[in-house]
Amino acid sequence: MHYVIIGAGPTGVLAAEHLRKLDKHSDITIVGDEPEPPYSRMAIPYHLIGNIGEEGTYLRKDEGHFEKLNINVRQALLSRLERDTKTLTLSNGETLSYDKLLLATGSHPIQPPIPGIDLPQVSTCWTLEDARKIRDLAGEHAKVVLMGAGFIGSIVLEALALRRVDLTVVEMGDRMVPRMMNQTAGNLLSAWARSKGVTVHTSTKIESIRANKSRWWRRAKHPLKVHLDQGEELDADLLISAAGVRSNFDFLEGTGIETEQGILVNDHLQTNDPCIYAAGDVAQGRDFSTGEYTVQAIQPTAAEHAKIAANNMVRDNSVTHRGSVNMNVLDTLGLISTSFGLWMGVDGGDSCELLDEADYRYIQLQFDGDVLVGASSLGMTQHMGVIRGLIQSAVPLGKWKARLMDDPTRVMEAYLATVQAQAVAAKV
Amino acid sequence: MLKSLHIDPGKCTGCLQCELACSYENEKVFNPAKSRIKVFNFHDEGRFVPYTCTQCDEAWCMHACPVDAIKLNLANGSKDVHEDICVGCKVCTIACPFGTVNYNADTGKVVKCDLCGGDPKCASACPTDAITYVDAEMTGYDRMRAWAAKTDNNANAQA
Ligand SMILES: Cc1cc2nc3c(=O)[nH]c(=O)nc-3n(C[C@H](O)[C@H](O)[C@H](O)COP(=O)(O)OP(=O)(O)OC[C@H]3O[C@@H](n4cnc5c(N)ncnc54)[C@H](O)[C@@H]3O)c2cc1C
Repeated sequence: MHYVIIGAGPTGVLAAEHLRKLDKHSDITIVGDEPEPPYSRMAIPYHLIGNIGEEGTYLRKDEGHFEKLNINVRQALLSRLERDTKTLTLSNGETLSYDKLLLATGSHPIQPPIPGIDLPQVSTCWTLEDARKIRDLAGEHAKVVLMGAGFIGSIVLEALALRRVDLTVVEMGDRMVPRMMNQTAGNLLSAWARSKGVTVHTSTKIESIRANKSRWWRRAKHPLKVHLDQGEELDADLLISAAGVRSNFDFLEGTGIETEQGILVNDHLQTNDPCIYAAGDVAQGRDFSTGEYTVQAIQPTAAEHAKIAANNMVRDNSVTHRGSVNMNVLDTLGLISTSFGLWMGVDGGDSCELLDEADYRYIQLQFDGDVLVGASSLGMTQHMGVIRGLIQSAVPLGKWKARLMDDPTRVMEAYLATVQAQAVAAKV
Repeated sequence: MLKSLHIDPGKCTGCLQCELACSYENEKVFNPAKSRIKVFNFHDEGRFVPYTCTQCDEAWCMHACPVDAIKLNLANGSKDVHEDICVGCKVCTIACPFGTVNYNADTGKVVKCDLCGGDPKCASACPTDAITYVDAEMTGYDRMRAWAAKTDNNANAQA
């Protein structure tokens, strides 16, 4: 048996390790196109801040980790997949045959069609290669424009601000993290970022980016001119684009593998070819809350997918994926925010919120009947995981719903009293 | 045989010795706010529930960690945060459905129970045996784990 995994990000690596755990003898190969040892993109911001070196982003740090597990890691790009013969053609011309294949090729940042987007001082913040460029161009006091204050944009925001650049954020939506938080929380987050010296423009688009020409009598001080639709013009040394992501599946063209926003998978994380699975940012898998199939593109989902896919490749689809809970946690210069599940609420459901604007604290909960289905928060860091626990166990809250409606900060107690009721309190 | 914490909330009087012992052992201060075990006070019912990590087999925190900073301690089965590797991304704090991994803003890292390396101070400090460190048989925590198994997609496979 030869298991081949395409993509050496967190999904590919976790899946390979799990495969090895379940199958001690088969051949396992990971093919990833990036030149570095397998690493985690989401550690890049911490590298930019200077907390870790490049090697701090590596998924596994012990010498010879993959060799010890007898996992073969190869650097190459998959360019063609032939399902009849189960053959993969790599960019270096080599071919590889597989018995079972896992596509874990992740996603890439969308480059919006804005004039000037391909200028050399424009970058995404996605790969270690990008990180090197950002390190070069985003020194202290450099003028940096960040396009997009979505989830990833906002994470990059913090890294840039901590590099002490002169930072302007431009977001198309009417608030920061519009797909993670409501107006109240999003506005509070913007107010916080502004109070920390970041310039935040919402409901604003970048129309074009131009090279700032030098004149013969002086060199341009900043190489870019960034034009906003509001008419404003910003000088910049660097523009970072964080305008959304798209799954990587170009290589599937003509193969008949079904795709929409991502590679379509069933509840075994299997594609329409029974020998081919997909997981992580590239997979359009079940969302726990909606039951729909979406690309969540977050780390916890990548980890969950990886384990389930690996299991099902070895053990004949014995695990059903009941869906991943969409969830995010964000640190914006010390203000921590989270969102879980259906934070925007459901039709006919109840909700409650508690706001302490002066202290930048906020929590809101969403219920469907007496089941918690979503939440978001600002300024709270203790026991936040139980919100996932409450959502995923879908436990009826009974009298605890009214208590939470009164005081939504009591989620931990509600959790202990309901989910853990038979467990911890059994002997009372 | 691996040992695990056994918690019997019925015996807890809410004295908070466990929180003090934990914070002192791990943070060198007597400060319940820094404790990794928490006693929840159910005023309405007049009862107390001590609560900390069960070192569950699913180890959501460990698998969700993007930099391999949470590792299995083979000696006592705990899942330990390696502070030198943790980048403070907090993904584990939302991934853990028990809410027992928390962010510590002072250090910029996450903290969780590591069974004090095999000699949990909460258990030795507890005057009423509400918290004991016993052979991992059918402790209350196993029942929590049973719940964990129900939530975990993977656990079904082993059945
Ligand atoms: C700056 C940043 C911060 C983030 N922060 C968070 C966060 O705080 N929380 C969170 O939940 N998520 C975060 N994310 C998202 C998280 O990193 C991803 O969800 C995660 O990396 C997905 O893992 P993956 O293995 O599926 O994909 P990836 O990590 O993208 O790995 C896929 C790999 O496959 C390779 N590949 C693609 N096509 C081919 C091919 N044809 N042949 C060979 N190899 C190929 C890619 O080059 C890549 O190396 C962040 C992402 C970024 C960029």
